[in-house]
Amino acid sequence: MALFDLRLQEVHNQLRKKELSVADLVDASFSRIAATDASIQAFLTLNEEGARTAAAELDKALADGSEQGLLFGLPAGIKDNIVTEGLLTTCASQFLRNYDPIYDATVTKKLKAAQSVTIGKLNMDEFAMGGSNENSSFHPTRNPWNTDYVPGGSSGGSAASVAAGQVYFALGSDTGGSIRQPAAYCGIVGLKPTYGLVSRFGLVAFASSLDQIGPLTKNVEDSAYVLQAIAGYDQNDSTSANVEIPDYVSALNGDVKGLRIGVPKEYLGQGIDPQVKEAVLAALKQFESLGATWEEVSLPHTEYAVATYYLLASSEASSNLARFDGVRYGVRAENPDNLLDLYRKSRSQGFGQEVKRRIMLGTYALSSGYYDAYYLKAQKVRTLIKQDFDNVFQNFDLIIGPTAPTAAFPIGEQVGDPLTMYLNDICTIPVSLAGVPAISVPCGFANGLPVGLQIIGKAFDERTVLRAAHAYEQHTEHHKQRPQL
Amino acid sequence: MSITIKDVEHVANLARLELSEQEKEQFAGQLNAILKYAEKLNELQTDDVEPTSHVLPVYNVMRDDVIRESVTNETALRNAPEDEDGQFKVPAVLE
Repeated sequence: MALFDLRLQEVHNQLRKKELSVADLVDASFSRIAATDASIQAFLTLNEEGARTAAAELDKALADGSEQGLLFGLPAGIKDNIVTEGLLTTCASQFLRNYDPIYDATVTKKLKAAQSVTIGKLNMDEFAMGGSNENSSFHPTRNPWNTDYVPGGSSGGSAASVAAGQVYFALGSDTGGSIRQPAAYCGIVGLKPTYGLVSRFGLVAFASSLDQIGPLTKNVEDSAYVLQAIAGYDQNDSTSANVEIPDYVSALNGDVKGLRIGVPKEYLGQGIDPQVKEAVLAALKQFESLGATWEEVSLPHTEYAVATYYLLASSEASSNLARFDGVRYGVRAENPDNLLDLYRKSRSQGFGQEVKRRIMLGTYALSSGYYDAYYLKAQKVRTLIKQDFDNVFQNFDLIIGPTAPTAAFPIGEQVGDPLTMYLNDICTIPVSLAGVPAISVPCGFANGLPVGLQIIGKAFDERTVLRAAHAYEQHTEHHKQRPQL
Repeated sequence: MSITIKDVEHVANLARLELSEQEKEQFAGQLNAILKYAEKLNELQTDDVEPTSHVLPVYNVMRDDVIRESVTNETALRNAPEDEDGQFKVPAVLE
């Protein structure tokens, strides 16, 4: 759909010239969904009535000249773990299949203030646990480039929807790579901001010390606009960073001369697909030709990141998911013997296998006798992983490598083997543990499926990350490729 | 170390989960594999390493203790699976 190939500024120009209305944009979004969602199944809930009402109001604002939102009129999809008042928020879990939030997440409020239009809620792995979208308890989402392949996870619905041109942009959440990896698999741009830059208030918590909301877009400029709209301190989130928000869009000046790039040898080592490696090396050449320099560096604790992550994330998840007891919201089991039985039956019937597996792992790691051996040990290794990044960033402005070691894999291939599935996240997990920002941008194809380049920056240095990603994008055509649906 | 079915039952009880016999078998196997993999962390000497629980310094957020609008009782109960007389209803705890 040509409409969704326009840059944000082009859309806004056409709106102002009355060549286009917000109602047209919303119509285009719903017709594209009608035409394509049977094959990719990105959506869980559509907000057709709400979106059309909002479009009418925005068109009125356009007519009387009071439109000023940064994301004015743009059709947006929201990952279904971000609460939306009056619009179902299920986390792709049977447990929350009827959950009707009584408030808006801070990012939802900010999107409304920026005047985008919420088209609906996007599929994900249940409670954001998974790397393939196969753990949704409703249905898997499929990769728009080849519907026999996974779109990645856990923001797979968000990535697939943007890649298929159903929405102009989407929000996702990233705990161990859940924005960047599906963006890479679907051939779009996904940004995980610095931990604390975007409020988590109203994001259904998975692993609180790692979760971060961020944008999925078709190009870097749009990513900067969406970040501008959603970043900022929030009193409702005790882990929100009270930092000044710079102008992200003005950072995109195309200049990467003199930028020093570190390339971790651990990210290009064993297990990487040769075509992925080739695409990443070609991208580094591109940076070189633009005046940046790069050299090999080491993040020596990379091989410990996956184990560290799964212990910490599962521990935090087991604690966060204790609130799902069938009393205040969600689905309640029938005919319990007593209160304890009510909890047990509701949780056992409501949660899927991956969620139960992580609750079990986390509960075990936190239990008496094992806390020091697993949880505390993992927190200490997290310190070493963070120090790896601190050390490299003393001499380099950015760290660049692949987003994932391979392109997307076929649906069903890894589902019975959690450990192999977890190892797909080897390049994204360390970044999450260190809390630094990273973006995935398209950098080529492997066996006909998109490959992502991961650009990692210093904490709160999103401007440099976006600047480098944008400069690269201006000199390549990968981000302009579209799946044939 | 090896996780037995008995360990799985103990952890399931702590986690307020009721598992089928088949799930117990499956989780015992998978948790063993994952924890065995996690033992890789023991290769690292971490006696003098401070643990990281948060990447940012985290402070308590306080607000002035003033009366302000809250959600209505009706709204708070909107998602309750069962309610009665403006309260969440659960099975009797006391006889």
